[in-house]
Amino acid sequence: MTIDAKPLTEKMRADGLPVELQEYERAGGYQAVRKMLREMEPRQVTQMVKDANLRGRGGAGFPTGTKWSFVALGSEVPNPTYLICNADEMEPGTFKDRLLMERDPHEVLEGMICAAFAIEADIAYVFVRAEYSDAADRVEQAIAEAGAAGYLGKNILDSPFSLEIRVHRSAGRYMCGDETGLLNALEGKRANPRMKPPFPTTAGLFGKPTVVNNVETLCCVSHIVKNGAEWFRNLSRTKDGGTKLYGISGKVKRPGLWELPMGTTGREILEEHAGGMRDGVKFRGLIPGGASTEFIVDKDLDLPMDFSGLAPAGSRLGTGTMILLDDKTCPVGMVRNLTAFFARESCGWCTPCWSGLQWAERILTAMEDGRGEDGDVEQLGQLAKWWAPGNTFCALAPGAAEPLESGLRHFRADFDAHVSEKRCPWK
Amino acid sequence: MLTNEEIREIESEAATYPRRDAACIDALKTVQRRRGWVSDQSVRDIAGLLGMSPEDVDGVATFYNLIFRRPVGRHVILLCDSVSCWVMGYEEIRDRLSEVLGVGLGQTTADNRFTLLPIVCLGCCDRAPAMMVGKDLHTNLDRESIARVLEGYR
Repeated sequence: MTIDAKPLTEKMRADGLPVELQEYERAGGYQAVRKMLREMEPRQVTQMVKDANLRGRGGAGFPTGTKWSFVALGSEVPNPTYLICNADEMEPGTFKDRLLMERDPHEVLEGMICAAFAIEADIAYVFVRAEYSDAADRVEQAIAEAGAAGYLGKNILDSPFSLEIRVHRSAGRYMCGDETGLLNALEGKRANPRMKPPFPTTAGLFGKPTVVNNVETLCCVSHIVKNGAEWFRNLSRTKDGGTKLYGISGKVKRPGLWELPMGTTGREILEEHAGGMRDGVKFRGLIPGGASTEFIVDKDLDLPMDFSGLAPAGSRLGTGTMILLDDKTCPVGMVRNLTAFFARESCGWCTPCWSGLQWAERILTAMEDGRGEDGDVEQLGQLAKWWAPGNTFCALAPGAAEPLESGLRHFRADFDAHVSEKRCPWK
Repeated sequence: MLTNEEIREIESEAATYPRRDAACIDALKTVQRRRGWVSDQSVRDIAGLLGMSPEDVDGVATFYNLIFRRPVGRHVILLCDSVSCWVMGYEEIRDRLSEVLGVGLGQTTADNRFTLLPIVCLGCCDRAPAMMVGKDLHTNLDRESIARVLEGYR
């Protein structure tokens, strides 16, 4: 039975200001930390999060408890161990972590304290994208409040557990959202990716054991600790636990963000929450979340939007913030825009990515300008194949392949028309 | 030459890391906060302070979208050109901005008031199209509101 609860967003204020410490505590905040420090061991916290079926909400969906379990515990482990909150939200179409940090920064911190306890971390960072200056300010303010109240620092609530949380503001690059790119950025370098293995849980920041988790993932953690794994599983309609922040942007009546049971269908979110398409436009497709996921079309809208539910449609959940394609918007233009993003943000480290993305962008731009040629569509398909996982150092290019390959699959006739008519039919 | 205040700030950041050169990005931001951009001299000064080569510092400085290695105007406009803003009317906003300012993307107005730059997704896609002017976020933009928004920035 699905419980109708919105743990991540229910404390948020209508006036848009962040939930302050006293409000947060009155509503049950930091009870998880108290309970955890009184009654639990690190391995129990990790097991609880595993049992809750919490999967990462940064886009990759890796089981969170499993990631934590890779960190060696005990006094022989080289310290410090680091916990990093990945707040570098830059995936086009994604706007959920901004809401969480701006409106309930203590929820982020409480999740971080629980996660840090589970992996015996000594130092934690919140790595915030450069443009989210209000969010970073509010998180820093919350850290000061939490510290003053004894939830951070040495011997938290008279326990042996100590934790310091620092905010690092980035300088702007999508690759900082990649796990190892982030580590390099935090070390003051270019955000190129690192070879894995070793995985960050073994050798991460400055070579020490490190866990990197997304903001939304961490926001789930205190609720799991407080209410239990079974409760968290029961929030969902499917086997992936919890609620999910789903979003929609594009030409719908009410673009926005909604906390709903994990596994809600695209059609329900589109029709009941976003109010359906605006007058004068029709639905043609959507990218589930965000840019680096595959287009799905109307027949796929009744699939459950959890981490495996979109596989029959050849797609995946990613961040769960959907971008709508309407019938008055050119699909080739949309794919061009997405490809241009990836091309610009490529770190330049490996050839299939930096060279291939620019090539694809040139072809798509030519098509849009009426200079498309026979063989262009085939060349784009070949490029998407070259970006398969394993051919590049990180997931940026494989991500770019997803909207391109699926765009060619669903909207082939539109691509062909650009070439045969030597123009964009939407202009 | 870095000012004493800049040096103090950079040193205090460097002290939080196991290696001084980890403060490279923080140092670039410290300098840019005061001067608006990072000059070749600043790159050399930061390198000296952190024990890095100027080439390594420049490699970092030129990697990041929001570190400016050329002078910028008093107010930097970051106009989002990613997919949701594109669907919701980015091109019209870009053209209107160019009309009002008399410059294109990547350029600074003659009076040094504004620099107009493209930026990738600003993370407020349900309120597209969007732009930032300095630290301020402006959303749900349309042709008519552009001039009014810019008036607030002298």
